Amino acid sequence: MNAATMRIAPEAVARALTTRRRDVKGTVFTAVLVATLVAAMAVLATLLFTVITGSLPVWRSRGVGEFVTSQMSADPEVAGIWQAFYGSLLLMGFTAVIALPTGVGAAIYLEEYASDTRFTRIVNANIRNLAGVPSIVYGLLGLAIFVKLLGGITGPDVEGRSVIAGGLTLGILVLPIVIITTAEALRAVPTSIREAAIGVGATPWQTIRHHILPVAAPGIFTGTILSLGRAFGEAAPLLLVGGITTFFSTGDSGLIETLQGRFSAMPVLVFSWSRLPQGGFRALTAALIVIMLLVLLLINGAAIYLRNRFEKGVSS
Amino acid sequence: MKASAPDEPMSIGASDPIAVNRRVTIDVPERFEAAGDILFAVRRLSVDYGTFRAVDDITLDVRRNEITAFIGPSGCGKTTVLRCFNRMNDLIESARVHGSILYHGVDLYGPRIDPVEVRRRMGMVFQKPNPFPKSIYDNIAFGPRIAGFKGNMDDLVEESLRRGALWDEVKDKLRDSAYALSGGQQQRLCIARAIATNPDVVLMDEPCSALDPIATLRIEELMTELKKDYTIIIVTHNMQQAARVSDRTAFFTVDVKDTGARTGRLVEFDSTGKIFTKPSQRATEDYITGRFG
Amino acid sequence: MTTHEEMAMVLAGVPARRRRERRIRRFFFAAAATSVVISLAIVASLAGEAWTFISNVDLSALRSLGWFPRRGMYDIATLFAGTVLVAGIAMLVAAPLGMGSAVYLSEYGSPRTRRILKPVLEVLAGIPSVVLGFFALTFITPTVLKAIFGDAIAGFNMLAAGIGVGILTIPLVASITEDALRAVPRALREASYGLGASRMTTSIRVVVPAAVSGVTASLILAFSRAVGETMVVAIAAGATGGSLFSWDPLTNGQTMTAAMAALAIGSDRVRGDDYAFQSLFFLGLLLFLVTLILNVVSERFVRRVRQKY
Repeated sequence: MNAATMRIAPEAVARALTTRRRDVKGTVFTAVLVATLVAAMAVLATLLFTVITGSLPVWRSRGVGEFVTSQMSADPEVAGIWQAFYGSLLLMGFTAVIALPTGVGAAIYLEEYASDTRFTRIVNANIRNLAGVPSIVYGLLGLAIFVKLLGGITGPDVEGRSVIAGGLTLGILVLPIVIITTAEALRAVPTSIREAAIGVGATPWQTIRHHILPVAAPGIFTGTILSLGRAFGEAAPLLLVGGITTFFSTGDSGLIETLQGRFSAMPVLVFSWSRLPQGGFRALTAALIVIMLLVLLLINGAAIYLRNRFEKGVSS
Repeated sequence: MKASAPDEPMSIGASDPIAVNRRVTIDVPERFEAAGDILFAVRRLSVDYGTFRAVDDITLDVRRNEITAFIGPSGCGKTTVLRCFNRMNDLIESARVHGSILYHGVDLYGPRIDPVEVRRRMGMVFQKPNPFPKSIYDNIAFGPRIAGFKGNMDDLVEESLRRGALWDEVKDKLRDSAYALSGGQQQRLCIARAIATNPDVVLMDEPCSALDPIATLRIEELMTELKKDYTIIIVTHNMQQAARVSDRTAFFTVDVKDTGARTGRLVEFDSTGKIFTKPSQRATEDYITGRFG
Repeated sequence: MTTHEEMAMVLAGVPARRRRERRIRRFFFAAAATSVVISLAIVASLAGEAWTFISNVDLSALRSLGWFPRRGMYDIATLFAGTVLVAGIAMLVAAPLGMGSAVYLSEYGSPRTRRILKPVLEVLAGIPSVVLGFFALTFITPTVLKAIFGDAIAGFNMLAAGIGVGILTIPLVASITEDALRAVPRALREASYGLGASRMTTSIRVVVPAAVSGVTASLILAFSRAVGETMVVAIAAGATGGSLFSWDPLTNGQTMTAAMAALAIGSDRVRGDDYAFQSLFFLGLLLFLVTLILNVVSERFVRRVRQKY
């Protein structure tokens, strides 16, 4: 280095530090990545757009209320979704009743009571596997056990293809998800709270009941609500358990009779309607889908609202 | 499941005149023993985590209404030993305890001992303040409630907070969340919570290490007050703290084997004055004077 | 009684409370045990009828022209081909879109972009498969595919079904890949940037390779999900009576799952004089085993990620 280079002018430094060449590859790459994201969003947007526009004829000619409350029918002029709507509600209620206590109970056992033995690890792995089983296989389980085997109890007049059978099937389908999300919520409770409770002399159940569950509750509820949303959208298992019939209760029977009777559900209706030749059913199916998406929006919105509302709860 | 089904603890001995409404109805024969008597007799206590021995062969006595301090370098097992007193090591699956700790003459690790009962008779204060995510009132009330306290809870909460030197600061906001308190206040709340169940022992695991010096000083003053009614065992990193507040001091150290395994052992156990002025072990003297640790 | 004996009694606790705690624990154990019971029930119910099928059906029927269960033709290869075709097309859609989105969100996006875009993916994830099936049938086929292929493509075709399944699977690929990318320690990225590497170089040559196990896991899991998907194919690819062996995506066809659905709704009863009913369970068993293997393999990859960091 000679004396000339030892005093480097600021402009030279500035020039060296500014990129002169354009990073073509980088820009292209970024563009490609953005394109994938945009494509995903565009697909969603297109889907919503086509569904909503496809449903407009129904809203214009008949209105939401009339559509939802009309009976199902083979005539596209008057067909409504009432039984399917009602059926979906019944099924979701049933699923919640089955999956929530069992799932939360199982998670409590695995996280709070069980020691880390081989058996516990196998049970955990088993639950994770169950979560990945295709939903139609749960339909087979429902068919074999709740329809064929237990048909006398679940639905004596309908060969077992009843709401009960459908609800049990969906409940079992959703159970692993409830267990996994509840376990996560329980694990998120800080150990310091557990230690404090035990140090003061609380029994395991007292610790769970007074300290762990209250803190984990929002996470548990969010997980349950989301899994109900999943159950709401399932059609394949219900097809196997008999949810595609065209004759069903009109809603004026007692509760047990309804539960033991035939049923339909909104996703199943989408399936059957999309196979019907009459053009008029296209718009009806679109309208049905809009209603379904609104219900899902409600469900997921409730979950997110709950999660946000209680997230402030435990922060120190 | 009914929340308030009480667990009726057995009350034994003559009905203690103090154990009326204002106290939890646990009669412990402490009233029949005098200060300075041995409360805990630790004999050849060893703790293993799996195959690894964390502390080896500890023998010492803890006397009533005294403050006993455990000091030593990190990793020497002081906290492990402390947690043996109230069976908190049970929470660690691989932990195995050998030897014995006699409490009022009963081996805490005997076959028929219920750890829950043990913990209701000993209060514990942790390194980092850990109040429940509930109100100040409910933090104090929880322990007595689950132990079956039937008397006036408001009085009990006030009494505990007074003894914990926190009452004046929180008396107007008992229903506020405990998390709204400062670190030092939270720790005093935890102390108040620990004594609310009327234990005869308070175990403190480095209670001041997460606090500033002023808060620390207040807690040290509190400890000296509490010593009149409770027996205190404190684990501390801070030698000067041990010298300031404790009556007896146990100095632990850690042996590192060639395999890298670290096992804690007791070097010396004596009155605090003696430990800090004329220790009988070289290792103790080295630690005290800062030559190591 | 000496005070020591009194003390021992006190410390032994209250039997009633201990009994209650034990009962509570047993209750929770029962709940956990149901998960095991369910697994056993699945295997038992599948295996039973599947065995009836295997033992009664002439093996030659398993290699026929196609899958026509009510006529006694049970060519499994047809269904395997259909499944692989649909799942393959689905992966061609989901992998680039899902991974691209994940890399963007993880390496390029600002927190604001992430806050807007992640919900979009979550919404996509919540859309029921029947909706995608309807979309494939009424939009993808007539509007998109007819424009490309003209008359060469039928109203019911496997291509539309595959695309629909792919769309369904994008969020799964995106979320698992993103988790894998985020698990890569910042220190690694900082080392790369510190050496003067561009964002593209860092992403492609440092972060993604470090996350390869997780990315592979997501792809395997997505494939498994695509294999198990029923309704999109049932609606958009038609073929309720049966199908011929074919690799042609432009005509109708069946996957294992759609064949099962077809058996379920055919003639409004899942019964027949043939072994159609049992074949349903036989397919179910195959499906269960295939997805189980895929999921277990995927999990191995996930565990490798966790071990590394």
